[in-house]
Amino acid sequence: MTAPPADILANPRLAQWIGVAADGRLRLSIGKVELGQGAVTAIAAIAAAELRLALDDLVVVAGDTARAPDEGMTAGSMSIEQGGAAARWAAAAAREIFAKAAAARFGCAVADLRIDEGRFSAPQRNESLGYGDLAGEVDLDCDLRDREAPAMGARMAQTGIARLDLTAKLAGGAFIQDMDLPGLLHGRVLRAPRQNMRLARIDRAAIEALPGVRHVAVDGDFIGLVAGREDEAERAAAAARRHIEWRGEETPALDDENAWMDSVAAVSVTTLVDEGVGAGAAQRIEAVYSRPWIAHASIGPSTAIAEWRDGALTVWTHSQGVYPLRAALARALEAAPDKIRVVHAMGAGCYGHNGADDVALDAALLARAAGAPVRCQWSRADELAWSPFGAPMRMKLSAALDSQGRIVEWTHEVSSPPHVARPGFGEGVNLLAAAQIERAKPPSPPVDFPGPAGAGDRNAIPLYAVGRRRIVHRLLPQWPVRTSALRSLGAHGNIFAIESFMDELAARAGVDPIEFRLAHLTDARARAVVRAAGRLAGWDARDKGGAGEGRGIGFARYKNSGGYCAVVARVEATDKIAVTHAYAAVDCGAVVHADGLRNQIEGGIVQAASWTLKEAARFAPDGPVAQSWADYPILNFSECPEIHVEFLEPDGAPSLGGGECAAGPTAAAIANALAHALGLRVRNMPLTPDRIRKTIETQ
Amino acid sequence: MQAARTIEFSVNGAPVSAEAAGSSLLAVLRGDLRLRGARFGCGEGHCGACTVIVNGRAVQACQTPIWSLAGADVRTIEAAAADSLVAHVRKVFIEEQAAQCGYCTNGVIMTLAALLAADRTPARRDILAVLDERHLCRCGAHPRILRAIDRLLNVEAARR
Ligand code: FES
Ligand code: FES
Repeated sequence: MTAPPADILANPRLAQWIGVAADGRLRLSIGKVELGQGAVTAIAAIAAAELRLALDDLVVVAGDTARAPDEGMTAGSMSIEQGGAAARWAAAAAREIFAKAAAARFGCAVADLRIDEGRFSAPQRNESLGYGDLAGEVDLDCDLRDREAPAMGARMAQTGIARLDLTAKLAGGAFIQDMDLPGLLHGRVLRAPRQNMRLARIDRAAIEALPGVRHVAVDGDFIGLVAGREDEAERAAAAARRHIEWRGEETPALDDENAWMDSVAAVSVTTLVDEGVGAGAAQRIEAVYSRPWIAHASIGPSTAIAEWRDGALTVWTHSQGVYPLRAALARALEAAPDKIRVVHAMGAGCYGHNGADDVALDAALLARAAGAPVRCQWSRADELAWSPFGAPMRMKLSAALDSQGRIVEWTHEVSSPPHVARPGFGEGVNLLAAAQIERAKPPSPPVDFPGPAGAGDRNAIPLYAVGRRRIVHRLLPQWPVRTSALRSLGAHGNIFAIESFMDELAARAGVDPIEFRLAHLTDARARAVVRAAGRLAGWDARDKGGAGEGRGIGFARYKNSGGYCAVVARVEATDKIAVTHAYAAVDCGAVVHADGLRNQIEGGIVQAASWTLKEAARFAPDGPVAQSWADYPILNFSECPEIHVEFLEPDGAPSLGGGECAAGPTAAAIANALAHALGLRVRNMPLTPDRIRKTIETQ
Repeated sequence: MQAARTIEFSVNGAPVSAEAAGSSLLAVLRGDLRLRGARFGCGEGHCGACTVIVNGRAVQACQTPIWSLAGADVRTIEAAAADSLVAHVRKVFIEEQAAQCGYCTNGVIMTLAALLAADRTPARRDILAVLDERHLCRCGAHPRILRAIDRLLNVEAARR
């Protein structure tokens, strides 16, 4: 008997998942949320297929501590794998229960029933029954754990599914930023220019006298104001800065992540793998790669709405996890968790731990001070300067080749500050304002994600057969920059390093990069995507590159347990560095929502190209350098490569998430294409003309 | 005290008056008129999430002062019901699923509707230049947006 999915074990009652809505349609409640990537549509599609129901005939509730199951975080490309499996399990159970009720009504055997478009019918009977018609005859409050696993159902339609959330978004509403409540006031937080500063002086009366200001909250070092209109709050926040003084040491200038990573001692050193014997080393090479701090830079500023009523708090948030956020809010506010309801509302695209959770506490504090519901929205500068950053990384690789050009030894040492500092992680309270209020609750000390998926060490272990291997993770301190989860965590940097290094080794061995990879890969699915990407791109092993044009490949299996992805990039390096084409071959098992997965792969490639070619967050002694988009360029429309995606779906392979699998391979493919174009290896991201110049100077 | 000067203009065909010295067009649309299709992304003229059409031209509403709007004809994505070109562009975007999170998308739709209204067959290169200058998308929905644009252009080309 297959064990139930973990999310079912955690939420074992069917009624937690499935119910009948007031209009008679079935309701699916899930703990995974819509972060702008289409996960909820895909999960709902899985449940709808199991229920033999059109997707539109399902009411979906996603992320609500009062009426949806606890499925932790929506993160790590696990929504389909975990959330989809759980929804399917619950849907299969529900269908069975409703079928029994239908059979009883028809006076026939369950086996004789037909179900079509969500309606049950029986032979020789004219009428049919929908789920809603049977609501009074079923008991959904039953245990899901002692059930047989649902048989692999009919293969669901993969095409023609439109995103459930999109049509409403391309109109006037749908986002948390667009929500309204009766009597809603507008709050703004007034944060210090940088972390670790204390309030020196505040002229509270002057701020209270600003036009439109109704309340000023001062709680320790946390300062905010509330106004009746949003534009009043905006203007008052700008004017209020004059009336506040901060004190605190300047932080060191961080304009070179490598110098910083050199200068700090590791908090802990973990050896992940140390095994095998290396034999017959004929030549050794080593290389050091890096990536800088990267900003989340969501297009919409972090926003939350909070309302206190009779000592109970309701918070609307675009957080990745309503239950972990509730636990953190309870500790920060010294309130009982059952007095707090956290409801997910959609925000702009989220690629990890951004300011969503922090602003939820900001809103709760302001609503408490105002005694009214408050909507708090961060400014663009807050978003860029106060959201957690993707962590910098340094990867030191070395390897030995034998006389046949085979890898016989491999070491990979990755140094990086934490990639996870989410609420609910570690002992502390990981919400910005929690450390700023009078009764301060400090954040967790730096730890990193344990377990095989890893965080800074995610994908540090190569999938290749490399003989003797030694893989080490050095966890660096977090201070002075708050770092946390950014899409794919350490996989972006580690895969960039491994796959760049594979090309460097292939060159030493005098072998074509694709052939060299295949010679060290035994996993059939891995080999298949590498081959497919080459075929898709029209890869020619004789192409010598140069003249400013090149192509390169990057491959990985995300987390070594998720989706397989190989990307071939074509690059032109003239007055600027342009990725003209990207060809991706992806194996995420059975595809649930083909266009949704394609969207994720395309978006993943574009975003990774942006990180890899352009992005670096820098810090001056008085705080983060980028306070507006003008200081933090991202990939634009004419820089977007032409992208071709092909899915490989081996028979019987279960569905895997695909949101993050393209990041690392894309970064490496670009670096390898650039090396092919220029005959020059650039090992430090971002791969800008300036870096190329520096590389030439130091060679 | 001088009486506040009010400015009269129209939004999606309905008359509106707002204080000249007041905030931006975006604040009036979102705050007073409760039209939430134009979105706040930066408030600084960089991201284009707030783009609407004023007198046929795409403008960033966060950068548009009320005093500049006397007699103006303002169109937002909510005009899709009445404005056939906005509706057409929006429909193509939905059919192509040309968005990821969708936060930046309405602004892009309004810019394209304005470009197509001014010139039925603008050059793709010129469209990209405008998007580069006035719009950002953090999700990487660019390939889909470009596909939607190609479809819009092909349809127009076929119509000639
Ligand atoms: S909000 Fe107007 S340009 Fe960004
Ligand atoms: S679709 Fe999310 S920012 Fe463009």
